[in-house]
Parts: sequence; structure tokens; C-alpha cells
Amino acid sequence: MTAAVSFKQVSRHFGSVRAVDAVDLDIVPGEFFAMLGPSGSGKTTCLRLIAGFEQPTAGSISIFGERAEGVPPYRRNVNTVFQDYALFPHLNVLDNVAYGLMVKGVGKAERLKAAEEALSLVRLPGYGARRPGQLSGGQRQRVALARALVNQPKVLLLDEPLGALDLKLRENMQEELKSLQKVLGITFVFVTHDQGEALSMADRVAVFNDGRIMQVGTPEDIYQRPKTRFVADFVGSSNVLPPDFVQRYAGQHRWGSLRPESIRVSTATSGDGVAARLVGTNYLGATTRLALDADGLRLHAMVPAGTALPAEGEAVMLTFNRDSLHLMDEPA
Amino acid sequence: MRSDRGQSAPLGLKIAAGCGLLFLHLPILLIFVYAFTTEEKSFVWPPPGLTLQWFAVTWNRPDVWEALSLSVRVAAISTAIALVLGTLCAAAVSQTRFFGREAISLLVILPIALPGIITGIALRSAFSLADIPFSFWTIVLGHATFCVVVVYNNAVARFRRTSGSMIEASMDLGADGFQTFRHVVLPNIATALLAGGMLAFALSFDEVIVTTFTAGQQQTVPIWMLEELIRPRQRPVTNVVAMVVVLVTLLPILFAYYLTRDGDQIAGSGK
Repeated sequence: MTAAVSFKQVSRHFGSVRAVDAVDLDIVPGEFFAMLGPSGSGKTTCLRLIAGFEQPTAGSISIFGERAEGVPPYRRNVNTVFQDYALFPHLNVLDNVAYGLMVKGVGKAERLKAAEEALSLVRLPGYGARRPGQLSGGQRQRVALARALVNQPKVLLLDEPLGALDLKLRENMQEELKSLQKVLGITFVFVTHDQGEALSMADRVAVFNDGRIMQVGTPEDIYQRPKTRFVADFVGSSNVLPPDFVQRYAGQHRWGSLRPESIRVSTATSGDGVAARLVGTNYLGATTRLALDADGLRLHAMVPAGTALPAEGEAVMLTFNRDSLHLMDEPA
Repeated sequence: MRSDRGQSAPLGLKIAAGCGLLFLHLPILLIFVYAFTTEEKSFVWPPPGLTLQWFAVTWNRPDVWEALSLSVRVAAISTAIALVLGTLCAAAVSQTRFFGREAISLLVILPIALPGIITGIALRSAFSLADIPFSFWTIVLGHATFCVVVVYNNAVARFRRTSGSMIEASMDLGADGFQTFRHVVLPNIATALLAGGMLAFALSFDEVIVTTFTAGQQQTVPIWMLEELIRPRQRPVTNVVAMVVVLVTLLPILFAYYLTRDGDQIAGSGK
């Protein structure tokens, strides 16, 4: 099967900065693909390489089997929802949405009808006559989405589209984007630095760091079985355990990761487990995050709200299932 | 520092401000009054009588029409040149990063910061070095040097307020460079260009110093007026022309001011 987007050893260097460095990537048609990473990790540059705003320094990109290098953005069947939405302030909402069809020469009646349909799709019917300046952030986001979708792209690129929305709106939009993608069957490529967003929405996630892909996999893979210390730490702030520690409990001299929610904390002073001292608590609502010091090793544990907690500074015993200790590929 | 709203200024300050304004603008009103005087050899206050005959006289003087037509043509063409060059330069400086960007920005603004006499002398010696005879086009060239600045300044300010991703969005939606310019860039900078263009026109219309260095025997309106003051003949004609010049330059400036006054929010920014 032809990949929707395929990167072969793609690099994009800005002077001495390797924004994207020898990346190999295959995005399956119809999947919801997230590019996750901290800022400056190269995920947005990758998106811009697909959109055509950047050209690779080396390597080749193909979109549904067609070579993409040298093809300008306006000749790619790919559309983008920009981080700041980039709506045209001098056009009303309907003309904004119809813009792509207008420049392609679609007749006025036809393109306005299509634009109206796209607005209904994003649940903004009847907003066509308003100006972008009269809309709320969430509404502008939907207009930007409609404006991209009206062109029926083969791949829809979303550049941190939920970054400017408040929490409640963001959660709603996450669900909506997900169901929209299911209905339309278009390949979505989504850039975010929010690991929760990536895990909850994507079919597959690529974790970026320093211009390279650290790991590609399903959200569960990434979360449960991180390959490197970076992935373990960045996705869900796992406890990264040094090889010496792991050897004691798993018998292998390798780096390990342990989810904070897999650690049980008890006030027992003897028996099996890791002796530690409680150094801090963070109340998070549904859970409480405990900072622990196990003989110089800083660990975090997540316990459900309502659990009786030892006082700060008290000695505790940590236990976990051997199964939940994940051994990473990274060389010790 | 800003004084509180609604609080009235002290009386002394009001009088001082009034006097200042009168000092600035009374002479202009006097020029208007002299356009109606019956005395033609010298300016006498108060005017011995009022008449409208100088309007007719001015209308029938071919030299006035020649000067006016030359000024209008020079201003129109230098403004047109400035619009093209100023916009292109502003686009380059504000949309891209390249080596020497700040230097170019400074060099473009320099002609208006330099005394006109320097620009004039420089152009004059350049023209004679290159063996270019003085003509309509040398005046236009001289005026274009400072007209470009005005357009550039207006356009660059607007470009800064226009979100760069708007252009990318247009390309992304299938518009090529020309379509993007036509449908997105131009509508967003149009009022800035209109304002800049009108200011440039007004500047060119009453320019004296650079013109004296770059014109041959031809007379633009301001030059013609200087000549008239030296050779007194039907003096109030000068005042009639002055009134026209004030109107021709003041109206565009006022209009330009209204066009660029509003719109502090960044165009195209979603947040």
C-alpha cells in the first residue's frame, strides 16, 4: 500500500541547526497521526515539509506516491490548519472558507454552497456573513478547519490547533476532531507538544527530539513501552530507573521505566520493596502526585485521591509489580 | 505621562495653546485674504478692497497652468514609482530575513532624514557626471527618492501588523504568488498604500529644494511662486495659486491620516 506521506532520510538544516535530521517516516492513509515533541524538536518543521513551506536539505518526501520535493504548496493536495488560524481579516467567514475554491476557479454559486456545507460540518452553519474578528477563538478554529476541509485534501495538517483554546474547549475539540476524522476518512497529521492530546487522539504517535524521531507507535506502545529514557520521561513523566537499580529488581543491567501510577506506597517499615522517604505531595484533583527519595533516586508516584497519605519526611515502602517495570532498548 | 481624562486644563495653558495655534495658522489665513485684495503691487493690511478678479486672471495665465500641470504630472509619476518600489522594498524587509536587512531599511529612510539640499546636490552632480540632461524625468527621479520613503514607511508598518502565516495560508489553499498578492496581500495593505501614496503626492507637489537642483528651465508650482515673488506683477495671483496648493496638499494628508488612524489590532492574528 502506498503511504499517505513518506519520508526517506529527510533532513532540513538551517545553517548549522539540524531542525530535522535524517528522518524516516511512513504515515498510513486514513490514520490520525500525531507528531509529539518539545518545542524545537523538529515536529513543526516536518509538518512544513509536508505542506511545502520548507524544502528538505536532503532526502525525499512523497505524498501518496508522488514526489513532493520542489512542488510548491499551492500544487499539493494537502491543507493546513495554522496555529494562529491565519484567517483573512478582510473577508467574511463564508469567503474565507470558499477561498481555496475561488482561486481554483470554481464558480461563485458552487463554491459558496460548498463553503456553507463545510461550515455545517464544523457546526457553524449560518456564520458565513460574520467577520473573523467577530468570532471567538474556538469559532475561528472551526472556520480554519472548514477552510482547509472544503478543498477535500488528501492529507490535513494541523499545527498545534488546540494550543490557543482553554481547557474545556480543548477537550470538546479533541473529541470533535477525532470523530470528524473518522467520518471523513482523511489522513490527519497533527503536531502537538501536549502528550495527553497526542495519546488521546492519535492512532499512532511519533515522538520527536532534537530533529529525530525517538519512537513511532500506538499511544499504548509509546506510553507502556518507551524505547528510550527521553520517551519515558516526556510521555507521561515516567520514572526513569538507572541500570544498577533495575538490576536489583529485574536481574538485567538495563535502563528501565516505571509509571508513577504503578508504584504503591505503604507505611510499612519492613518487608519487600524499595525503602524511600516522602519529600513532597502535589494535589491534582483526581490523583495526588508524591515525590519520593529512594536513597538519592528521585521517584514519583501517583495515588488516587482519598488515599491516606504519610506525612512529608516520613519513611515509606514502595512496591510495584515486576511486570510494570519496563526495560528499555537504550544501551546502559 | 498622561493627564487625567475630563480634567480641564488651566486657563493660562489654554491661552498659550491658542496663541501658538494662531501664530502657526494666522499667516496662512492672511495669504487667503490677500487673494481677494484689490491692491496688486504690494501686500497692504488691511486690504483696500475685495475682489474676485484674480481668480479670473489666474485662470487665464498660461504660465500658471504650465506650472500646475508639470507639478501634477511630476507628483503623479513619482508617486507611482514610489508605490511600486516602496511596497516591494517593504515586503522584502518585513517578510524575509537576509544579510544587510537593517542596513537597507536605514538606506531607504535616509533621503528623508538628509537635508534636501544634500540630496539635491548629490543628484545634480550625479546627473552631470552621467551626462543626463535636466528634464521632466530628472525632477521625477529627485522626487521619487523621498516619495519612496513615505510609501515604504506606511507599507512596512502595515506589513508588520499583517500576520505572515496569512500568506502561507493562501498558498496552502492553492493560490500562487500572483493570486496571493491580488487576493490577500493587496486588500490588507491597500489603505496603507493609499495613505502613503497621498502623502507622497503632497510632498512632491510642494517640494522646492531638490527640484531647484534637478529641474532645468521648467517650473513646478513652488518654483514658479518663488519667481513671482521676485518679479511683482499681478501679485494676488500668487495667493490664488497658494490657496489651490494648500487645498491640493492638505486634503490628501487629512485623508491619509483618517485611513491609517484605526486598526491597531494585528490583521490575521487569531488570538
